Amino acid sequence: MSEIPILKIGDCLLVSIQVDMHDRLAMALQDDLTRRIVQDRARGVMIDISALEIVDSFIGRMLNNIAAMSRVLDAVTVVVGMRPAVAITLVELGLTLNGVRTALNVDRGLAMIRKIIDHGEQDDDRRGG
Amino acid sequence: MAENQSLIPALIDRHQSALLDDWLDGMARGSPSGGTLRRDGETVEQAKRFLEQLRRSAQTQQFDDIYSQDWAPMRDLLEEVSRARAIQGFTPSQTATFVFSLKEPLFQLLRREIGGADRLGDEIWTATRVLDSLGLYTIETYAKTREELIGRQQQELLELSTPVVQLWDGVLALPLIGTLDSARTQIVMESLLERIVESGAEVAIIDITGVPTVDTLVAQHLIKTISAARLMGADCILSGIRPQIAQTIVHLGLELNVVSKATMADALALALRRSGKAIVDRTAPKSSRDD
Repeated sequence: MSEIPILKIGDCLLVSIQVDMHDRLAMALQDDLTRRIVQDRARGVMIDISALEIVDSFIGRMLNNIAAMSRVLDAVTVVVGMRPAVAITLVELGLTLNGVRTALNVDRGLAMIRKIIDHGEQDDDRRGG
Repeated sequence: MAENQSLIPALIDRHQSALLDDWLDGMARGSPSGGTLRRDGETVEQAKRFLEQLRRSAQTQQFDDIYSQDWAPMRDLLEEVSRARAIQGFTPSQTATFVFSLKEPLFQLLRREIGGADRLGDEIWTATRVLDSLGLYTIETYAKTREELIGRQQQELLELSTPVVQLWDGVLALPLIGTLDSARTQIVMESLLERIVESGAEVAIIDITGVPTVDTLVAQHLIKTISAARLMGADCILSGIRPQIAQTIVHLGLELNVVSKATMADALALALRRSGKAIVDRTAPKSSRDD
């Protein structure tokens, strides 16, 4: 079973998902990530899904879960790099990932996390619902 | 009819020019169904070729099956005729009259030349069947051509009506004109998301000034587009909401969950303010700067 690497950039963690997700991998990722957030005292988590061509309800739920877990540990989660086709499919499926913040690419995601950490959550008006 | 060779080819051959004249006269007089055709050079030319081809195809064994190999040149000719007429804006009756008006002169010719009621009946029956099939084939082609035309226009309209405009660095505008149905939403969404990736825009202004009505379905499509843009990391601002539409949205109880502005100017101002830019009137004294 392959493992998804978690990279540390300053006080952010970067997770790049490049393989097909399945139950055990998702559980392992959640374990690893929560452990690393506590260990590194990370304030932000970026999940890069630019390599994924298919995002189904399972991955959607996993992203929501990770975002919720990070929030409990006081870290901001941003999903970055979603492809246009994936976005359309998700919307057609009715999965709008309302609990998750999104950004176009890693650059933008990093800037967004910076902004939220510096100004606090109240300043953020991007939440869709 | 296969063993008993029809006399029609021979008769057409012998009386071709007289038949052609009668036929063209008949076309000009018009049919009971209301179609008339002018006797212009093109029609005469087509009629000549039709008679020639009818004679040739009728000599073959499969006289009454116009979908057989022997009738292929005739079908090509009819396709050409009805396509040209469909594009020139002829009515279906006028197009069909081209073929059906041959019946009268042809039957008169058969009556003059063939003695014996049985034989005459057989020949007229054969001719009717062939000419009816050819006429129907003409109308079918006519309809097909019109459908192609409509399809092409629809496609062009679709492409024309969904531009994505870059208003500012990082600000895209999507002026929607016309009703939003599923097919258009799909195209709007695709082109918007592609432009977001290309330009790295963080704000997209969706302007619905040109959308005549907003019902639950249109709102649903708007929400989908907005959600998809949000998943790509771009915020949407809805603008150009007319007073009646604002009322409709409230009466229908629609919740769009998006920042909305009355005009695109307001939306652009908000987008610029969010990205930390301000528009300054340089002629005014500094104290009266509008912020």
